[in-house]
Amino acid sequence: MRRVAPVATPSASIAVVGNPNAGKTTIFNALTGARQKVANYPGVTVERISGTLVLGGMRHELIDVPGLYSLRAVSEDERVASAVILGEGPVGKAPALLVCVLDASNLERNLYLYAQIAELGLPTIVALTMVDRLEASGRHIDADRLADVLGTRVVKVIGHKDRGVEELKLAVEQALADPPAPKPLSMPGAPLFDSTVPKRREPAEVALDRVPIRYAWAAAVTANVIDAADRNRRASPTDRIDRILTHRVFGLAIFGAVMYLVFQSIYTFAQPLMAGIKFLFDHLSGTIAPHLDGVPVLKSFICDGMLAGLSAMLQFLPQILILFFFISLLEGTGYLARAAFLMDRLLGWCGLNGRAFIPLLSSFACAIPGIMAARIMPDARSRLATILVAPLMSCSARLPVYIMLIGAFIEPRFGPFWAGFTLFAMHLLGIGVAVPIVWILNRTVIKGHRLPFLLELPPYQFPKWKDVWLAVYFRARVFVTVAGTTIVMTAVVVWTLSYFPRPQSLTNQYRNEYVAANPGAPTTAVDHYVDQKQLSNSFLGRFGRSIEPAFAPAGFDWRITTAILAAFPARENVVPALGIIFTLGRDVEGNTPDMRRALREEKRPDNQPLLTPFSAVGLMIFFALCCQCMSTLATTKRETNSWKWPIFMFTYMTALAYLGAVAANQIGHAFGY
Amino acid sequence: MALSNDRTLKFDQLKKGQLARVVGCKECSEELIRLQEMGLTEGAVFQVIKVAPFGDPVEIDLRGYRLCLRKRENCAFLLEAAGESEADDEKE
Repeated sequence: MRRVAPVATPSASIAVVGNPNAGKTTIFNALTGARQKVANYPGVTVERISGTLVLGGMRHELIDVPGLYSLRAVSEDERVASAVILGEGPVGKAPALLVCVLDASNLERNLYLYAQIAELGLPTIVALTMVDRLEASGRHIDADRLADVLGTRVVKVIGHKDRGVEELKLAVEQALADPPAPKPLSMPGAPLFDSTVPKRREPAEVALDRVPIRYAWAAAVTANVIDAADRNRRASPTDRIDRILTHRVFGLAIFGAVMYLVFQSIYTFAQPLMAGIKFLFDHLSGTIAPHLDGVPVLKSFICDGMLAGLSAMLQFLPQILILFFFISLLEGTGYLARAAFLMDRLLGWCGLNGRAFIPLLSSFACAIPGIMAARIMPDARSRLATILVAPLMSCSARLPVYIMLIGAFIEPRFGPFWAGFTLFAMHLLGIGVAVPIVWILNRTVIKGHRLPFLLELPPYQFPKWKDVWLAVYFRARVFVTVAGTTIVMTAVVVWTLSYFPRPQSLTNQYRNEYVAANPGAPTTAVDHYVDQKQLSNSFLGRFGRSIEPAFAPAGFDWRITTAILAAFPARENVVPALGIIFTLGRDVEGNTPDMRRALREEKRPDNQPLLTPFSAVGLMIFFALCCQCMSTLATTKRETNSWKWPIFMFTYMTALAYLGAVAANQIGHAFGY
Repeated sequence: MALSNDRTLKFDQLKKGQLARVVGCKECSEELIRLQEMGLTEGAVFQVIKVAPFGDPVEIDLRGYRLCLRKRENCAFLLEAAGESEADDEKE
């Protein structure tokens, strides 16, 4: 269903089109600044990025069309791009004007797409980028002659230096008033193009015929407007850099170092920022709480529901900001393509490629930025595969759970060596499972045409800080507005389930019961007891009990299942949930002696221990493999533009987690635990 | 078509620094059309710049830009040697 255009519709829509790496986004950012909107094209995962361009008092919509090599689309991005250019399908009518971005340092191939556009007679002007790079290699381009040959306006633009941007705006304004009709392409000895060719999808025979003709034309035009390269030119700076960066030894070592830096940054450097956000919210919560003492429901709703949810959501932001800073840096400088080149062989066989290192490695800090980072994957298939396995990587939110359980069960009994080993094994488990999963997914549920591997290695360039900042800003904004809403809502829902029903009569009854049995007990102890009873009586506790039989083979009773459910908004919530359940209060830390003792010594009604070392390992495996993280699911929904994939993700991961936990416990039984 | 002869090469036979010319291709799949659209049309000459550390993909210089392809995916292309290049190829 399409929405009717709003009343205040912009007067014209203008599309910025061009090859990947041609400098399209820089031009788009220079024209629109921060006045940008991000939405999704209907039914696909491709983002529709648009902005406002004000020209002579008129507001126009500028669309940043995904980069494409040809109107004969092969990827989802290209299908969307060519549909936008041609005004086909559900994307709306064709733009009034195309701004075709041509990379002067790679003109011949860039002209191929231009040739297709010109053949169709679409109104187009040209923004010529990378002229500085071309000139640095000792060559020159005659833009006037190019304009003459193409029959349209050609503006040299260096977007990040704002050079040529005003001229480009002027050219757009003039072109809107007087649409240019690109010349029919002609060259001596080759047939003229005619615009009666079938539009979007040329049949293969036509393509086989036309591709060489377009390239012959492009080569002729390039030779006409750019001086011939100096035969004896020195190796370009890019080649000299690549001698190191794609070297079989140094290249791999530097790749490892870069990945390590990225990982350390989100894993370590984000920690103080996250702690700061947590501190602010705890402080806020602590300030508000005393004013609400009279209304415990409201107090708990605001402090334990709303603020806790907001705080948990905003704590993802530092990692997202840092990761996207690195990604735009690596992508913008051209290093990302080198990483893909180096690692293709290692990851290619199972349907991923070298770029997958960044999202997957990031997921060891947190799957949310990792899943968002999967958009650097070049095609929809490998992107989806990356998203689906990213949450298997053991994120930092699992760490408190591992430390709590290892501290209670492994370290006291087996010593520090095995404690460390277990921690390491838990981190390896995710990767070990992910590889076969990707292999299987690629042969089963992930549909779509497998693309030939094509990777362009663009020349290195200095980062363009404006583009970097805008990319970081938009990812953060998208996360907070779209995924953030779902995350906070889930926190509120889970709070509601764990709080209600909470009849005052029961609170009084539990209170009296505890005080009678333990005369002179401190009020906190009484409160902890009441909290525990009320949680056990809550909807969440009842739900936990109702799934208890299903988890019996894993050796989990209702206390563990309830804690698992309470951890759904965020894994680390399992610690306060167990704190309440063991009447230690919600503020207890996971690695305190009280908590360890409770985990080890809590008994079941039949006097069996709550957890054996094996079922404790099972619980760790469960946490390692399960996707009980609403933030991950909400982000996956946003990134795949459908509930289908988060549901699938949740299902397969829960199944794996369950099987893992059952296996650990059953092995324990076999050994007599 | 008698495209194959003694002088034809395939992608997996290329060596670093070698110049090659596209002679044609054995089949006409959508993938191969895309490669032609990237500039690997009949008669196009390219130079092999580098082979990735794990043996694949290869980086080629084509029409003034750098493209990486997997050897094993592109054996349908028939190539011929277009002479070795002397310049720009230092020993590593």
